[in-house]
Amino acid sequence: MSAVPNTPPRVVMKATALVKRYGQVVALDGTDFELRAGEILAVIGDNGAGKSSLIKALSGATTPDSGSIELDGVVTRFRSPIDARRAGIETVYQDLAVAPAMTIAENLFLGREMRRPGWRGSVLRMLDKRRMIEESVARLAELKVGIRSMSQALETLSGGQRQCVAVARAAAFAKHVVIMDEPTAALGVKEGGMVLELIRRVRDRGLAVVLISHNMPHVFEVADRIHVARLGKRATVLNPKKIGMSDTVAVMTGALRPEDLPADALAH
Amino acid sequence: MSAGASNMKADKPNAPGPHWPAGLSVAVLGPVIALVLACAFFATQSDRFLSGSNFSLILQQEAVVGVIAIGQTLVILTGGIDLSCGMLMALGGIIMTRFTTTLGMPPLLAIACGIGATALFGLVNGLLVTRIRLPSFIVTLGTMNIAFAATQLYSGAQTVTDLPPLLTRLGDTFSIGSTEFAWSTVAMLALYGAAWFILRETAAGRHVYAVGNNPEATRLVGIPTQRVLLVVYVVAGALYGVASLLSVARTGVGDPNAGQTDNLDAITAVVLGGTSLFGGRGVIVGSLVGALVVGVFRNGLTLMGVSSIYQVLVTGVLVILAVTADQLSRRGAR
Repeated sequence: MSAVPNTPPRVVMKATALVKRYGQVVALDGTDFELRAGEILAVIGDNGAGKSSLIKALSGATTPDSGSIELDGVVTRFRSPIDARRAGIETVYQDLAVAPAMTIAENLFLGREMRRPGWRGSVLRMLDKRRMIEESVARLAELKVGIRSMSQALETLSGGQRQCVAVARAAAFAKHVVIMDEPTAALGVKEGGMVLELIRRVRDRGLAVVLISHNMPHVFEVADRIHVARLGKRATVLNPKKIGMSDTVAVMTGALRPEDLPADALAH
Repeated sequence: MSAGASNMKADKPNAPGPHWPAGLSVAVLGPVIALVLACAFFATQSDRFLSGSNFSLILQQEAVVGVIAIGQTLVILTGGIDLSCGMLMALGGIIMTRFTTTLGMPPLLAIACGIGATALFGLVNGLLVTRIRLPSFIVTLGTMNIAFAATQLYSGAQTVTDLPPLLTRLGDTFSIGSTEFAWSTVAMLALYGAAWFILRETAAGRHVYAVGNNPEATRLVGIPTQRVLLVVYVVAGALYGVASLLSVARTGVGDPNAGQTDNLDAITAVVLGGTSLFGGRGVIVGSLVGALVVGVFRNGLTLMGVSSIYQVLVTGVLVILAVTADQLSRRGAR
């Protein structure tokens, strides 16, 4: 076995020393963040640890007071979630951000509707509904989401299926990163498993995934690395293959210090 | 955990509930059935009911409410309500008519000013709802009173008469076969056609539904939610101005007391037409059917010699029945 030099993993997104204050409360206290290509990075942390503030900064929902965010090595500044979207970062919010009365195809293209070619599209501004339905069928099939009709209202789907549509929407339009905020929180065992399977497929298609979750079994099922947030900072990044769930929770609560962990449990 | 794909059951292919892309589907079926039943009933009560000229009359009588209902539908689709619609219509009428008679303005310019004024009030409604974040009910309750007062003050509580013929042109009729139809009917149908097209086939129209269904979601996916709402209120205001032209054309005068029953009649037409008061659901053609249902009852009861107070009673009962039917059908669909 010849020695193959370890090429350093490609960093898709990186944040350095992010600070965010809300009045007297310091939500982010100089936290770092690193997301590598082709991985599922879980972000865990106790309440108040700063994980939702971190995600809001990465998805463009808030602008940090100081610190920098880099996308593929280029320093970027997000003034709104639209900026982040334009940069190729898609976010699946906890409440899905969907219009339940509208169809699956309409929801997939919400805010990004396709218009018909020619004068019908430019002068009359007519939507190309057929193409949007075809695209929706293709995108969902790609990710093996088994929903038959794109013309049914989203509210006719189960919670797990709706989540899959929201995830598929993010995966369809993301160029680098998909951020998912508690995607399995409201789901039962079977539907949760369905969504995790879908998240793996998104990763396998080449997108890097940031997964915020408080569900340890789910985290350990899919994550390649685990970012532990604590007291507004990044406490450490763990390797789920080399550390157990209870030790991970102990690091999260501060009962166990990262310095006391064996070296291979860390994944920096 | 290899369950994955095979467990993602396709949803029941015959899932009940609204399938909106079909457009004129389940949603409008209820109001259409109501309209057909009402017509059938009144046909048995009076032999003058089922005639071309009577139907043409109903269309003319409901043109004003019908057009106001288009604007009202747009507002209700976004989850709001516009209580000022009838009063703005009256204001538009007074402005149009007084600008020509008192100021001697060319009629077309006066019409533009009337529509511009109602659109401006619509803009005020929209700004108060989007910038100050006041509930539309409160805002339009206020502008309703302001518009009414402005109309009374500017007109001196006098009807405006001796109008140039151009202002009443839309009240003129033309014949198809032996039946006479008014141009106002054509205008109303054309506006419904345009509204139906925009709401169904354009992104802007779909955004109106999305904003009504989940405004937070629209904000997060990049739809300019505030702008959509503002445009809806301005367009609604402009439509009330067009309705005022139809009202002037029908009555031949500028009436400062117009629109007082039209206010709630328009909302009734929208509700009867199946549009949900919670926003995000409804078919614009339903409002036309709703206006016609109101018109059929009014016309039918008049032919039967029933006092107009009973017409008001019947309209009230109809609204409650319509909302109840809508609620029950939605509960059954889930």
